[in-house]
Amino acid sequence: MTQLSERLDVVVADVDHVADRVVSLVLSRIDGEEFPSWEPGAHIDVYLGDGFTRQYSLCSSREDRDILRIGVLHVPDSRGGSQRVHENLVMGAPLAISAPRNNFPLVESRKYLFIAGGIGITPIIPMLEEAEAKGRDWRLVYGGRSRDTMAFGQALEDKYGSNKVNLYAEDEVGRLDLQEILGMPRAHMLVYACGPGGMLSAIEDFCMGWPPGALHLERFTADTLGAGSVSEPFEVELARSGRTVKVETTETILDAVEKVGVRILSSCRAGLCGTCETRVISGTPDHRDAVLTQADKDANDVMLPCVSRSAAGCGRLILDL
Amino acid sequence: MSTPTIEPAVFSGDPYSEKHLLDPYPFLASLQEAGPVSWLESQQTYAVVGYAEVYEVLTDFETYVSSGGLGPRDIRKDDGWRPPSILESDPPIHTLMRRALTGVINPGTVRALRGDFTAPAVTLVDELSRRPGFDAIKDLAEKYPIQVFPDAVGIPMEGREHLLPYGNMVFNAFGPENYIYHQAFAEGDEHARVVMNACKRESLTDDGFGAGIWAKVEEGLITEDQAALLVRALLSAGVDTTIFGIGNTLAVLARHPAAWARLRKEPSLAKFAIDEALRLESPFQKFHRTTTVDTVLGGVDIPAGSKVQLFIGAANRDPKKWGADANEFSLERSSSGHVAFGMGLHQCVGQPIARLEMEIVLQQMLEKIHTLELDGEPTPILHNVLRGFESMPVRITTGS
Ligand code: HEM
Repeated sequence: MTQLSERLDVVVADVDHVADRVVSLVLSRIDGEEFPSWEPGAHIDVYLGDGFTRQYSLCSSREDRDILRIGVLHVPDSRGGSQRVHENLVMGAPLAISAPRNNFPLVESRKYLFIAGGIGITPIIPMLEEAEAKGRDWRLVYGGRSRDTMAFGQALEDKYGSNKVNLYAEDEVGRLDLQEILGMPRAHMLVYACGPGGMLSAIEDFCMGWPPGALHLERFTADTLGAGSVSEPFEVELARSGRTVKVETTETILDAVEKVGVRILSSCRAGLCGTCETRVISGTPDHRDAVLTQADKDANDVMLPCVSRSAAGCGRLILDL
Repeated sequence: MSTPTIEPAVFSGDPYSEKHLLDPYPFLASLQEAGPVSWLESQQTYAVVGYAEVYEVLTDFETYVSSGGLGPRDIRKDDGWRPPSILESDPPIHTLMRRALTGVINPGTVRALRGDFTAPAVTLVDELSRRPGFDAIKDLAEKYPIQVFPDAVGIPMEGREHLLPYGNMVFNAFGPENYIYHQAFAEGDEHARVVMNACKRESLTDDGFGAGIWAKVEEGLITEDQAALLVRALLSAGVDTTIFGIGNTLAVLARHPAAWARLRKEPSLAKFAIDEALRLESPFQKFHRTTTVDTVLGGVDIPAGSKVQLFIGAANRDPKKWGADANEFSLERSSSGHVAFGMGLHQCVGQPIARLEMEIVLQQMLEKIHTLELDGEPTPILHNVLRGFESMPVRITTGS
């Protein structure tokens, strides 16, 4: 929104129907240049005209700098973006996008467990490629309503084998058994999950008490168009000290506030212990901790600034600090 | 892979000698000078004293497991004296017990206790502030938690006198079986019987943490045995630690009159003062982990099946982490990240409760007591793993 990122003019070079209600768009630059390099987990903003902007995770190969690929889920009753994408974007159509940005970076580790729900597979795809190239120990668990809704599922299984890629179609084997999958935290194993809100909350529940930094989640944007990030920079107004600090996508509220010399008592700094609980005076937090009860999260009266952020569309939080 | 490893320094001192138990810091400083990880000849364990190394052990629960017990003996080899608790379990068993506990003890449920916890503190401090001085341990630190915490868990009034001796027993068992241990266990069976009885579903009130834990049995999360063990874990881990937390905070503040004066003007700093005091005088000083594989820690090779002993009191004063003034109390310091409550998987579940109790007591004192100073040296307690005082005479002034 406020961030001025490089605007790139692209053309839709290919449209591929990859699953029920999911299309994959291949974009190439109009000026024929290469795209800037990007890291697994990155997304682009797609400017759809009339002020519509939507974020989509990149799911192409990072090696191939000539194109970018995104996956778009068509949500019939949604007001905006996906309708436009599905109906107006045809082969050869021009489009404006931002340069790739990354709020969901893959942190170096020995082992990874990737969990994808539905269209949440998109940011995971480049991560698999990266983990594989580096010879890491990894496993993907990918759930969807039925096989024909699971974009890229078969291709991933063919590429990496069914030992590493476990597909769970709900109509065949039921829902993902997250308790079974997550029952055993492993040292040096990071969990990357992307999917619908309910699935992510359940994962958070199961990972309660896991070591700091083990769990990485990417939420869908509010209208579930596809995997997108709500990690925009935002402002925090500190009501007691009358100051306002900007929180960049790469830092936490806790870091940003401490940087200007305002103190918050904290301990684990990972959303697990609750020590840094802070009262919210106005604005809507995006709760990312594993200790507040659902009632607390719904009430939005308190938040944990060590991990939680500002909700999509809420550019300013006012905290009792 | 190819990082060269070093032989650990061999250390002959005994952390469990009376001298070192009563005043641990000179001993810990010399251990720290020897390196972040040393071999403790007297205990036949590795001593971990560097902050970074202690942090690594606490957060790598796969290499350094808890199921070997928090004491020096590997309880997987010979049965310990009681069935393993949450503290002595690893995932996946730990995961379920922990989820059950966090479902019951979390910022929301603890926040709701503030009112109940405040009234007794007001009465207690009111009474004490009318005297010229008192014993900050016997008259205050030992009184307050024992008034509020058992109510919050919901155990019967009857038999509460067993809580302190029981806690003393549980924690001393995290050290070697020396005479301190045997003294703590003198009437052990009786203490254990009374406490275990209090943990039964039918003994508990229906609105406390205890009942909340039993409700998790209905939800299918834990078994009945586990529920009783979890209630017992609260009772054993939640009393002594908080008493020492309050006592140690007051011991530090009684030596820092300028800090007391500042806190009176800015009571919002009280929680930072408590946190810094816990860093400096950590109640839970040492406990063990057991290695599951050959590993390297602080450059030292450690074979599988070894006991490593974590010295919390050393990590929290490691100059590499806290700077050259690590041994000093400072209201300015951010003590965030200290390991007095542990870190990672087993980080203290009771942390919000302990902080609430400590803050309420200190706020009450700051309100009513203008100056607080020692009236004679505090008497440290002779305890294998906890650091605290059994008596601490203080002199106070109030406005009147
Ligand atoms: C100042 C007071 C306290 C201190 C310094 C303290 C310290 C600790 C430490 C260091 C651990 C981690 C042990 C390990 O890693 O093996 C721990 C765990 C634990 N504490 Fe506390 N504690 C305090 C108060 C409390 C209170 C009030 C309760 C009860 C409500 C409590 C209940 C527990 C439990 C149940 C665990 C085990 C958690 C697990 O294994 O997952 N503690 N505590």
